[in-house]
This record gives sequence, structure tokens and C-alpha cells, in this order.
Amino acid sequence: MEIERLVHMANDIARFFQAEPDHAEAVSGIATHITRFWDPRMRREIIAHVETGTGEGLTDLALEAVRRLEVPSAQI
Amino acid sequence: MISTIRWKDLGTPARVSERTVDLEVDGIAVTVPEGTSVLRAAAEAGISIPKLCATDSLEPFGSCRLCLVEIEGRKGYPASCTTPVAAGMVVHTQTTALAKLRRGVMELYISDHPLDCLTCAANGNCELQDMAGAVGLREVRYGYDGENHLNQAKDTSNPYFTFDPSKCIVCSRCVRACEETQGTFALTIDGRGFASMVSPGQKEDFMDSECVSCGACVQACPTATLMEKSVIDQGQPEHSVITTCAYCGVGCSFRAEMKGNDVVRMIPHKDGKANRGHSCVKGRFAFGYATHPDRITTPMIRAKITDPWKAVSWEEAIGHAASEFKRIQAQHGRGAVGGITSSRCTNEETYLVQKLVRAAFGNNNVDTCARVCHSPTGYGLKTTLGESAGTQAFDSVMKADVIVIIGANPTDGHPVFASRLKRRIREGAKLIVADPRTIDLVDGPHVQASYHLKLRPGTNVALVNSLAHVIITEGLEAADFVAERCEAKDYAKWRDFISQERNSPEALEPETGVPADLVRGAARLFATGGNGAIYYGLGVTEHSQGSTMVMGIANLAMATGNIGREGVGVNPLRGQNNVQGACDMGSFPHELPGYRHVSDGVTRALFEGAWGVKLEPEPGLRIPNMLDAALDGSFRGIYIEGEDIAQSDPDTQHVTAALEAMECVVVQDLFLNETAKFAHVFLPGSSFLEKNGTFTNAERRISPVRKVTPPLAGKEDWEVTVMLAEALGYPMPYKHPSEIMDEIARLTPTFHGVSYEKLDALGSIQWPCNDEAPEGTPTMHIDAFVRGLGKFVITEYVPTEERTSRKFPLILTTGRILSQYNVGAQTRRTANSMWHDEDRLEIHPSDAETRGIREGDWVGIRSRAGETVLRAKVTERMQPGVVYTTFHFPESGANVITTDNSDWATNCPEYKVTAVQVEPVTQPSEWQRRFREFSETQADLLAKRDSVGV
Repeated sequence: MEIERLVHMANDIARFFQAEPDHAEAVSGIATHITRFWDPRMRREIIAHVETGTGEGLTDLALEAVRRLEVPSAQI
Repeated sequence: MISTIRWKDLGTPARVSERTVDLEVDGIAVTVPEGTSVLRAAAEAGISIPKLCATDSLEPFGSCRLCLVEIEGRKGYPASCTTPVAAGMVVHTQTTALAKLRRGVMELYISDHPLDCLTCAANGNCELQDMAGAVGLREVRYGYDGENHLNQAKDTSNPYFTFDPSKCIVCSRCVRACEETQGTFALTIDGRGFASMVSPGQKEDFMDSECVSCGACVQACPTATLMEKSVIDQGQPEHSVITTCAYCGVGCSFRAEMKGNDVVRMIPHKDGKANRGHSCVKGRFAFGYATHPDRITTPMIRAKITDPWKAVSWEEAIGHAASEFKRIQAQHGRGAVGGITSSRCTNEETYLVQKLVRAAFGNNNVDTCARVCHSPTGYGLKTTLGESAGTQAFDSVMKADVIVIIGANPTDGHPVFASRLKRRIREGAKLIVADPRTIDLVDGPHVQASYHLKLRPGTNVALVNSLAHVIITEGLEAADFVAERCEAKDYAKWRDFISQERNSPEALEPETGVPADLVRGAARLFATGGNGAIYYGLGVTEHSQGSTMVMGIANLAMATGNIGREGVGVNPLRGQNNVQGACDMGSFPHELPGYRHVSDGVTRALFEGAWGVKLEPEPGLRIPNMLDAALDGSFRGIYIEGEDIAQSDPDTQHVTAALEAMECVVVQDLFLNETAKFAHVFLPGSSFLEKNGTFTNAERRISPVRKVTPPLAGKEDWEVTVMLAEALGYPMPYKHPSEIMDEIARLTPTFHGVSYEKLDALGSIQWPCNDEAPEGTPTMHIDAFVRGLGKFVITEYVPTEERTSRKFPLILTTGRILSQYNVGAQTRRTANSMWHDEDRLEIHPSDAETRGIREGDWVGIRSRAGETVLRAKVTERMQPGVVYTTFHFPESGANVITTDNSDWATNCPEYKVTAVQVEPVTQPSEWQRRFREFSETQADLLAKRDSVGV
């Protein structure tokens, strides 16, 4: 999928959690949301975007959350 | 359930009272609630008193003088409809004096009534005729030479019913139905004495008046004065079947009145708990699409969308679809296919589609059209309250004191509920409307909003935060409720957040455009005015902050203690008939039925045991993700039941490009809709009249859908899904939808107590229905929230990225209209198009003037996504800077303009905010020209299908 689209989606999620005063809770909230609602191929692509580059386009908070994501084991 | 046509009319409405009254009617002891009329008390004892102006759906009027009785100890002959019972009362309904009086009254009526009973459309179902028989009228002594009304002209302007004043007895039932039941006040009695006449509007035709064609007047008429044209054409029906409307989320119960397999008319069911005997123009009259010649009743296949269709057998079509899905999965992986179900499908159909995807495709790539409407409701209410559903029954509104309508237009979108809401407002409840447009409820007949918060599109969260700010900073919160029922830590965080000055109405006025003093007044009214009930619609959910706003609404309800009893609550008005049910049935890619996440091993094990397959623990693709994945090549096949994403979903050109990129698009529908024009397999669908199942409405009410006529294509929709699953190698051995519901009940805790048998016995059931609530749950969260303690969530206002600019200076917002429904596939194929035959762009006079636009001019609407052309409607209903249109006609291309911006949590599209420019034009847009060419080509390919042969 277009990485710009996934970056945009991750940033949208991060913008909601930005208001959470507890930073750790905000990062965990973003990572949990992506894990619970994104198909594995989308997660693999956003993780690869960060691991193979600088995570261009992601806000600091979104980037921190994406780094917490585990690579999905599902082959789907 | 097959029933007779006649239903007992008890004369006046039931009264509710803890006190009862004992009386005697014709020697029979009767006990009824205090306030009951003598007429109804007699009827409940099985004694029929002749009547004409009385009917149990309307308050007594006492005009016809036929229901006179004698009451011992009282003088004269009081009308039993307007006389309340009293303790010890002794009533006589049949005496010589009464017989003479009634005969005299009837003689006068008949002296000015045509004696064409044998050829009259009401013959066999005429109360006037019945009463003439009941009172023993044998002669009319006055003759017909004098002045009379027998030659009055008939008004046939309405496409569904006629008005023949020559048959009118001026009982006022129609006028009262329009006022009391519908709340439109379109009818009146014009003139006095002998000149008294029922008049729509100012002596206008029905079509030119304010009449909304709900049909309440037709149903109330005791003669053939107001009569369905279908009855005039076909004659009186001979049996009826109770079923549920397939239009909006109100879920009205209807009696389909039949003649053999033909529907003669739809009559709202008096005992229907969602609609209480009322209906709208769609549900009552717009069922003709079911037999429209555009229906496709033969399966079809083709290799490419540029090929002619080939009509084939069911077996060949299903076999072809299954082999294509298998081929794609073999070549591109298990996740390369998926399915979309629709809120227009039954619960059982939706359940089967998601089961097919999960069990036969082996992935979770299933989604439903709630993705583009109420998915934020599911997310927001689950997070805050613990359940993805509204909290109340519709009846609850009758106990509300302050009603808040946010981003909904009930008189158009949910008209039957709107009628009850208006009734409650006429009784004295206060109304607050938050909407960018001046919707009808803001200032209607006998209904005025105390506050209209006319906010700018996209600023909902700013508004709800400022309302909550006032409540908290002025100490108006329900502190005891919050302390007892909600999580303290989250509340403290939220309270700190919402109290900040940046959330005050004054600070946010530049964003919302709503004067701060209005916000303060509305907040005070909501917090202190008694029972506060919030109703909202897609104007809340279809935003980049849709889920945030839903949580903001829940915060507001919890902070004021307006949850957990009748008269209050958070009430999402669902757009389509089965939005709630489609979501309940596990049609989202991350949830199994009953809103349980696919990663939950215990739930997965339950379904794996029942379905006999291993289930995928990872969430699947949402609709927009499927489209994106189609364009990158990782998603290539889709099964779409009952949904038309090429018209209803945003950024049409993106949707159609994705459909074109797929190798196998299977569409199951009534018509060759816009999506089906991109399909390789077409499977004929069945209308709601042709199948069994259930729908679940906005109040969680599960209602029966019953087959009243055989499916035109030979199969009910659930049978088609079963065939496809079995062709894919996954057996689904159901013999009847009741077995599907039994499986749902076994596997879903909130449905444990639901069965077709119980639905037949109770009529409908509001889930949760289980051992704790065997007859269902009208009000949720009474003693505790489903999640335990209510959770306050911080709802920071984040302005949408869709901003106006010099190039796109206006905001477009979209919605619907009363007479049309969703993509219009159904209503466009009925006479409802007489009210709305094209989508128009509503624009404020000042915006129109600066652009040189006049009423009816063609205007181009251009956004960052695309351009289309509509005709302009210049109206002060809009605020300057905001334009509006509907999306009922595919050629309008309303979604060519909308963007792919979406809700952060659910990807629900931001339909309500698109920056546009509007300019006068002289020709259709480039997209419209291509659309027309493509549609003509597809029509040719459809027309050629028979030449290829079966």
C-alpha cells in the first residue's frame, strides 16, 4: 500500500493520543490501536518504513509508537 | 405470521395509570386504568359501540355523535369517546332511544354521501358502511335534490393516494392524524358548518401542500375519501403478514397486506414497538422497487468488465465465483480476497457473509457499510460505556425533558421517530439543535428549538468540549453519579482537561462560529432541565474526529448523570435499517459477533469449535484498506452483498480504480448498481419482501423480516451465500434462517435468549436478551455500565486537515432527504422521485450572489478530489460559507468531490467536510461525461446478455 497513506493514518491516531498527559500511556495507546485495527500487511509496511529508513513523515509520537510494534507473525 | 386484515380498533388510546376504575357496561363488570374512555372500556369488554370519528390511534374528538351512550344518574346521551370512566358508573350502550339517535345521525351522513358502495374502493373495508349496518339504517328520507358535496373534484396529485371530498364525512380523523401522529399540521378543516371541508394547506392540492405523504391520514380515514391508489387498482387485500421495513434505522413494523403473492399496501403495525403504528412515505408507499423491471433475476458472469454479460445457471455462476476466489488465493495468498456486507441485509445474511470470509476464505477481510456511517459509534461507545450501541428505546423520548439533536435531521432521515420527538416537544420538552443547517426541527409547526447552535462543519468536538466546560466550571455536573458510576482517575484527568480556559465557549467561538452565550445557555439547560437525552447522526460520525465526538457525547451524558434510566441516554440514529445488526453480527474485520476482538483466544476457540476451522487472530482489511490494497496488487477478489461502494463511498474515482484493478468482483444485489458495473459475477438478490430473517434497529430491537412473496430469482440471499461457501468447500448446512439465528444465539452472550419462536411471541426483542433479561433490555447501563465503571476520555479538538483556501473557499457537507434513501437504488425506482428527482446544491443567497448564481442554475463544484455539476438551490437554510447536497443519484457524483480523509480511529470517511469552490457552468463535468459513457456501455453489455445465452 502507499506508505504515505499509512503514515497519514498513523499520524491521525497519534494526534488523538497527543492529548494524553501521560506520555507512556499515549505511546502505548497508539501502538495498541494499530495492533488491534490494522491488517498485518499494513503493520509490516509501516514497520519496514521505520526500520529501513527514518520513518519519514511520521510525527515524533507516531514514530515512537511504530517502533513499539511487533512484526506480525501471521502469513496473511 | 399470516394474519387477517381487520384489526380491532378500541376507539380511543390506552391510558396508563396505577389506579384502576371499576364500572359496569351493559351488565358486564369492567376494570380499566383511570382516564380510560367509556368507549374503550366497553371495547375491552368486547362491547362494540358504533363510532366514526373515534379511533384508538387518536385522542377522542367527540364530533360524530354516533358513540352516544346512556349513563345511569347522568342526563342526556354523552359521547362515550370523550367521557372518562368513573367508579361505579353503569353504562348502557344499546337502548331504544340510542338506536333512534344513531339512526338519525347516520341518516344525515348518508344523505350527503354517494351510494356507490358496490364500486367503491373501500367496499369490504368501510367504517361508514359498517356503521350504517350496525345502526340498522334502512332509508334516507332527505333525498339528494338539495345542496350536497357529491360532485366535488377528486385530488389525485399524490402518486400514492387520492383525496375524494365527495366521500368525506368531516370526521377530522385525517386532520388529527396529521397533527397528533405525524406532527406536520398540513391539513385543516376549512370553512364552517355545511361548507366545512378537509383542506391540505391553503386549499392546495396534496402535492403542493406541506403534506409529507406519511399516509397517516389515509390510514385514519374511515371511508374511501383518502384511499391508496394501489387499493383502487387492485381491490381490498385478503391476508396480511407482519414484517419489518427495509428503510431507515427506525425499523418500523408493518403489516404487508396481500392479495395472493402481491403486496397491495403496507400498513404500519399498531403493536410495532419501534413505530407505534406510524410510518413515513418510504416505508408505507415506496415498495414498488421490489417488482421494478430493472430487477435482475438471472445470475450472470463475464471475464472482463468490457465483455457482454452471459446469463448462466446459479450453479455455473457460483462455481465460477468460487473457482476465481480459489485461483486468486492460490496465486496471491489467503489475504488477497475478502467480502463486504451491508446494513440493508438481514442479521442472518450478514452473519453468513462474515462466516464465509473467516471460515471459507480463511482471513478476516470482511467489512460492512457501517464503516462509512456509524463505525465511530461502535468505537466511541464501546470505549466509554462498554457497549457499541445506543442506550435507550425510542419510547424513552416521551420521558425526556431536554432533547439535544446533534448532526442529525430526524424529520428527513428518521421521520417516524421525529414524529414522536415532535409530540414530546409539543408536550413541553425543550430542544437544543446543533447543526450547520437550519433543519426543520429548528423552527417547525408547533416545534421551536430553544437553542440552535449553528456551528461550522468540522467543529463538533470544539462545541461538545465547550458545552462540557460550562457544566464543569459552573458546578453543574452530577457529582454523585460520577463518583459512584465512573472511573475516578480518568474523570480527574478529563475534568482537568475540560476545565482549561482553552475549552471555554469564548475561546472556541472563533472555531465553531457559535456565540459563546448560546453555548452557555444550552449547557445550563441540558445540565439542569431534567432528563437530558442526546440523539445524534452522521453529522457526528462522518468526520476526521467522529470517534472523538462520540466519546465527547458520552462524556457529556455521564457528567450530567443522563444515562441509565428512561428519558435520557446516548442515542445514535442509525442511517440504514440494519446498521446496528450488521455491526452486532461481526462484520467488522477486527471483531467476531458480539463485538469480541479476533485476538481474543477464548472467543476464537468458541467459534473454532462451532465452525470447525482454525480462525485468523489478526484483524483484516477495512473497506478503504481493501481499495488501497487492490491498487497495490495485494487484494484482487471481493464478494459484495447488498452494498454499492461505487456510489456511496468517498472519492469515487479512487473506488472505481480499485474495482477495475481487481480480478474477480462478485456483486449480489437487486439491481445492476454502480458497483455491479465493475463486476465479473452478478448474483441476483432478494428484496425484504422475499425472504426470512431479522433486522436490528437503532434501539437494539431485533424484529422479524418475513417472506411475503417468493423470491423473484428463486433464492433468498442467505441461500446464495450458503451455495458460495459450499462451492468454496466449506459446508453450511442450514435449512432456514431460524437455524442461523439459533447459532448466533449459541455463540453470542447478548443474543443467548433470542429465537424465532420468542420473536414471534413477543413481536420484537431488544438485546441484550439472555438469562438475566429473558425478554430483552430496553434501557442499558441501569445500575452499572457494561464495562463496569464509565470511562471519561480526553477529547482534544483537532481541526480537520481539510481546510478552506482561496482556491476552495466553501465547505461542502452532505446528507439525505425524506423521500429518497441512501444511494437511491430503491426509492429512485418508485414514485418518490416526484418529490426529489435530482440532487441539488444548496447555497446561501450571499454566496450565490457573489458568484452570479441564481436558483436552478447549473453550477460546478470542485474539490481537491474531483469535480461535478449540479443545479443550485439558493436557500437561507445554509449558513454563508457552507454548501450542501444529497447523494441519491449516481450521475450527481456527490462522492466524486468528497475526499479520502477519515476518522482517526475507524477510517469512517469525512463526508461532512470538503473544501470546494462553486461556479456557474454550462456543461456537465468531465467525470459526468465519462460516467454517462461508461453507464451506456454497461447498459449495452447488459442488454446483450441474452444473445449470448444460458
